[in-house]
Parts: sequence; C-alpha cells; structure tokens
Amino acid sequence: MNNDQITRRESLKRVIGLSIALSAAGMPAFANTPVRGIGTDPNLLKKEIPWPLVLTDAEMKTVKVLGDIMIPADENGPEASAVGVPDFINEWVSAPYEQQQGDLKVIRQGLAWLDAESQKRFSKKYADAAPEQQTAILDDIGKPGTDARKQAYTFFKLFRDRAAGGYYSTPAGWKAIGYVGNTPMAEFPGPPPEVLKHLGLA
Amino acid sequence: MPIITASKTAPQYDAIVVGSGAAGGMAAYVLTRAGMKVLMLEAGRNYEPASETPMFQSNADAPLRGGSTPEKPNGFFDATVGGGWVVDGEPYVVQKKSDGAWVEGAVQNRTSTDQNFMWWRPRMLGGRTNHWGRVSLRMGDYDFKPRSRDGLGFDWPIGYKDVAPYYDKAEQVVGIYGEKAGIENAPDSDFFQPPPKPRGYEMLIRKSAEKLGIRVTAARMAILTRPLNGRAPCFYATSCGRGCSIGAAFQSTTALIPPAMATGNLDLITDAMVREITVGPDGKATGVHFVDKPTGKEMQVKAKVVLLGASSLESTRILMNSKSVLHPQGIGSSGGQLGRWLTDSTGGSLSGQVPAMENTPIYNEDGTSSFHTYAPWWPYADQLAGKLGFPRGYYIGWGGGRTMPGGSVYLPDGNVYGKKLKEDARRYYGSQVGFSARGEMVPNEKSWCELDPEKKDKWGIPVLRFHFEWSDYELKQAVHMQQTFAQLIEGMGGKVTGKVETDGRKIITAGGSVNHEMGTARMSATPKEGVVNSFGQVWDAPNVFAIDGAQFVSSPYKNPTLTIMALVWRSCEYLMGEMKKGNIG
Repeated sequence: MNNDQITRRESLKRVIGLSIALSAAGMPAFANTPVRGIGTDPNLLKKEIPWPLVLTDAEMKTVKVLGDIMIPADENGPEASAVGVPDFINEWVSAPYEQQQGDLKVIRQGLAWLDAESQKRFSKKYADAAPEQQTAILDDIGKPGTDARKQAYTFFKLFRDRAAGGYYSTPAGWKAIGYVGNTPMAEFPGPPPEVLKHLGLA
Repeated sequence: MPIITASKTAPQYDAIVVGSGAAGGMAAYVLTRAGMKVLMLEAGRNYEPASETPMFQSNADAPLRGGSTPEKPNGFFDATVGGGWVVDGEPYVVQKKSDGAWVEGAVQNRTSTDQNFMWWRPRMLGGRTNHWGRVSLRMGDYDFKPRSRDGLGFDWPIGYKDVAPYYDKAEQVVGIYGEKAGIENAPDSDFFQPPPKPRGYEMLIRKSAEKLGIRVTAARMAILTRPLNGRAPCFYATSCGRGCSIGAAFQSTTALIPPAMATGNLDLITDAMVREITVGPDGKATGVHFVDKPTGKEMQVKAKVVLLGASSLESTRILMNSKSVLHPQGIGSSGGQLGRWLTDSTGGSLSGQVPAMENTPIYNEDGTSSFHTYAPWWPYADQLAGKLGFPRGYYIGWGGGRTMPGGSVYLPDGNVYGKKLKEDARRYYGSQVGFSARGEMVPNEKSWCELDPEKKDKWGIPVLRFHFEWSDYELKQAVHMQQTFAQLIEGMGGKVTGKVETDGRKIITAGGSVNHEMGTARMSATPKEGVVNSFGQVWDAPNVFAIDGAQFVSSPYKNPTLTIMALVWRSCEYLMGEMKKGNIG
C-alpha cells in the first residue's frame, strides 16, 4: 500500500493501533488514548466491542474478497461476507490482547503481500484481480516448496482458520456445518437409529 | 438477591458466614432453616442468574466469538465475575519454576506456565458454584482412610459412614443425575435423578473402554433432569459454564441462597471483604472485621459463631490474618499446621479424531453440556499390588461430537479453501473426542501457603504466597492418564491429535489450576495434628468453623464440591447442638 492512500482517519486509527500494541506488550501507551478490553465483568447479554477497529478500508476490501474465496456460497449456506466475517476479522485483529495483536501483524503483512504478489503477476491489486488469478496465488501458497508458500502460508492458515471460525459460529454457519442444537428439549432422546447404524452400534 | 447495606446490620447475629458459594451457601441454607439469624458476607458483587445468564446466545453474539481473553480466561460467556486468575488489586504471590523468583500470580496457561501455582477467584455472589463443572462424586472408604490403605498421606478422623447421611441430605437439595453402579470406592446414592442417555460418541467410548477393562457408567452431575424444589429441569441446550437462568444446573445463587433468604433469617452483604476475625479477651471470636468495598469503610459485625466458607485458601488467609495476643500467628496456628498440606487435583487431557464419526447423520447432541457417562478409577487391585508405580487414581470424563461451534473449526488439511473447505468442515465436524481426567494428589511437605512478608492487597490485607510441588506420584499418574487416553482413542479407531506426552513434568497442570484447592486448615483427631476437629471447628477457637475445602485431609479424585456441602451440613448440625448445650455462644 502507498502512503498517499492512507487517509487521515486511517492514519489516526493506526496510531491508536500502535498504542494498543504497546500497551499489550506492557509498555506505556500514548497518553489520552486509553484502549479498553472487554473487562472482567461485561454485560453478557449485550455484544459491545470497546476497542477501535484498525483495518483500513483498502485492507477490508481485500479481507472481504479473500474471505469469500475461502468460504464461498454453496447449497448449505451463504458466503463469508454475508454473515459478517470481514467485520469479525477486523474485530479480532483490533483487540488489545497479545494473541490478537500478533495476529494483526500477520494479517496486515499477509494482505500487503497478496497485493504485492498480485501487482507483480497481474499488475492489479489482489481484490481487483480476476477470480482465476486470485485462486492461482492461493493455490501456489498451498504447494510445498513455492516462494508463495514460504512467504504467505502462516498468513493463509491464520486468515482461513479465523474466517472459518467466524463463519461457522453464526446461525447460518451452524446450518452449513450441520449443527442443529441450541434448542430446548423436554428429554434428551440420544442418537437416532441412523446414527447408531453409522457408528456401527446398531 | 435482596441485599442489605453494610450500615444496616443487626447488633448481633447467631452466625456470620463468610462466603456464599458451596460452603457458605449451604451453611446459610441449613442454619437459617433451623431458625438461626445469619449474616452472610460475600467479597464479590451481587449476582442474579435469572437476569444475567446468556442462554441460547451464539458465539457470534459475543466479542471475539466468545474466545478466551486475559480478562475472561474461560471465554466471554463464562459466568465468572472479577477475572478468575487475576483479581484487580488483590494479588497473590507465586514462585517461578525456572528461576525461583517470587512474582504476582498472572493469567497463565495451566500446562505451559512457569508459575508453581494458580488461584481462581470469582468475585460474585455464589462464587465458583456459578460456573463449576458440576461433577458430584461421593468420597468412599478408601478416600477417607488413604494412609491405612497404602501408607501414604493421612487418614481423616472420620470415615464414609460418618458423612454418608449428610451426602444424602445435600444431594436432595443439590439434585444430581446418575445411576447406581456398585463400583468399588464410588458409593451410590438413593437420590440420583435419571441420567440423560449417552450420546453416540459416548457409546463408542464405552465400547473402547470395555476392551481395556475400564468400566463406564452414568456420570454424576449436579444438573437436574427432574424438577426439584421449584427449580426447573435441564432443557438440554446452552452451556452450564454460563450459569443457568432456570436453576437446572446447581448454583448456590439459585438453589441455596433463595430458600435461605425466604426464611427471613438471612441478611446478606455483598462487596464485603473480610479482613479478620475479631476475638475477645478469652480468645473466642466476637465477630468479623470487614471492608465495605463501595465506601472503603472498615466495618465490624458481631456473632456467636463465625463460619469460614470463603474458599479453601481465602479462609486460611483470614485465619492467618486474625492475629491477636492469644493468637499471635493467627487463629488455628497453635499446632503449626495452618497453611500446610495444600493440594489440588491433578488434571490431564488429550484429544483425537475418529474417522468412524465423520459424516455422522445430523442430530442434536447438545445434551446437558457435560458428559453423560464417565469412567471412575478402575485398577484399584493392580495399584495396591504396586503394579502401576503410583499410588492414587483418577476418573475420566470426555467431550466431543457436535457441540455449538466456537471460534475454531476442525480442518485437518491446512491447505484447503473454497468449496473443499466447506465440504471438509461438514465432514469432520463432530468427529473429534477429547478426554480429561481429574486425579488425586498425595499431600506433601513442599506444598503450602503463608502470608507474604510484605505484599498487601488494595484493602491493606496481607496476601498469600504459595509453595507448591508435585511429587513423582502425580507425575507418573499424569503419564498414565496420557497412555490411557491414547488407548481409548485408538480403540475407537481414532488418531491422537498431537503428541502422547511421556514426561510427567511437561504435561502436569500447574498447582491450583484445576480449581480444587484443598487442605491448609485440615481436620484432625488431636489439636497437634491439624487446625480443625472433625466438625470443622477450629481447635484454638471453638466458635470458629472452617467449613470449606481447607479442612480436607486428602484430595481424592472426587471433585470436592459435593463433599464440602455434605461436611457443611454435618458441621452445622453439630454447632447448633453445641449452642443448644451452651458449649458455644
């Protein structure tokens, strides 16, 4: 990403992001930018994300495109962006905790690498490349021994696993994966005959 | 819960109960129903399960998909209020295993931590009963008399037959599902509620276990499957660790404190941090001195008897901090036993993936959110004959199958994405099993606690410092757990995920991290050998009772909560008898 593409708002976000990283590392954060975590006694009935979101609009564009390539629509459910996965990724990497701050670094570098790689190969940013161009890069990451794998596998795996976690933890994701619980029952009926048969217990 | 403010206390109570969890809650329940005027002091905030529990929320309804954070180590929806491993302004001191340095306890991973000890403290009405595992196992004859059996550790001054009637009483209030199984040293109950049916994977585990000679039976859980005392039965959805708004999963806040409150005999103050027990010139307790957290004011309340149920270590801390002319090292210290013989349960876990469970036809297997079946310790005979190389046992519980998806999904191929990812996610979802065990530690000389010479909490109260070491017994037991888990997984045709650890030091949990702290004010037959008598009555101060896990002499593989509640009932009956006779109060 070029510096001239960073808006004032985005650069402010980055400053805050840096102060989060510093405070998570146990170093003094910049004054007057207190970043809150969820705390030890949050309201459990209300989802509130107290920290500022740090990914730029440009980064979010790539996140959305990549998320939908990794988790496309099929007969069992919609694509990742339809259930808020990009927002979840942003929420995750923006969180003021050590693990998430580490993930932010990997995701940021990975998104930048994707754009650089796409520019090099196709003279386009990743989000603007053709679908087969986009998957060509991901397929190279999946191949042992490639440069792409060396440079981007950690990012690929982290992004993929976060996106999948974000996707399947939604009610639409439950349907896609085959989770039919979270519903009250008078008695627990145990496994039905077809399950017993499948497990060799019938 | 209706609470009173610290300035509204009565001039004198029959009893002050410190703590509101399993021990404090049960004490208030028994005493108030017998007509005693009781003041309960809880160091945490008021808590209302009916209005605060997230029932049916998906993980997408939580920040970070409900994942673990340093502020909510068990995940966003876990009922714990106040931090758990770290309570702001209320430190404890532990030792780093690597260099021996003393540091404040921090948020740690229980198996990879460099800390010798971890201490979980919710700061809320009902304490750990709001989110505990609900495993409710009676201790048996062997557990009360371990030294008589194998020469190690210590015998309790009481046996199973002394406690059995109180297990009966406690279980009728708690509500426990299970089945009579007649298993060695795993006493049955006449009051089991019907257990839920096993899930599919639990039936596979049973088959695998039987091949190894391991008996599987219905789990024993403090979760209602039938209505009890106005509490509704489980509806087989949402995790018990969130707490239970309908009162099906046992919590002091829904099962004990409301009926105690209904007697009109209970006053409750929350956010009340007890500093010390106050004593008169005769060395007997006159009441307690506490800090009213909202105002920071120092308050005193008076009672004929003080019962400590603040959690094993907090109760011991209060005893140690209750220094006076007649109790220069704190109440209960004259025998030199206060703080000693600290134990925790051992813990182990291993997971695996079972191809036979892939693509299982879709069905709802949420169940009670805990295991419906379990395996109590089985090779007693081999162990006694010295064939295992370690003296004490463990039980095995399990999880797996199609639980509500959280922030991660099992995808064995690290390269897949797109259509294939969705196919794999569906295929492999629910094909994993995880085993966990809780085992017995033999008390040792190197595991104990004391007041830190310098450090105080934000209320100015001296804090605890922990010494803790596992012995070879526990390390060998932890390795045995791993081997057994691996055999169970392989017996299901599955593959172990990761490594089967053969070095006990690498796999053993940090002391305290299983949340089963026991000992430090143990009961004894004579004043020299312990801190309290067999009724939890402090030898040095007959109107002070330590009624929680602090009085435990051994730490059997049976999770301690049920036994704590049975012992509390027994203590309360005894103390009311003594009061009637004029021996106390």
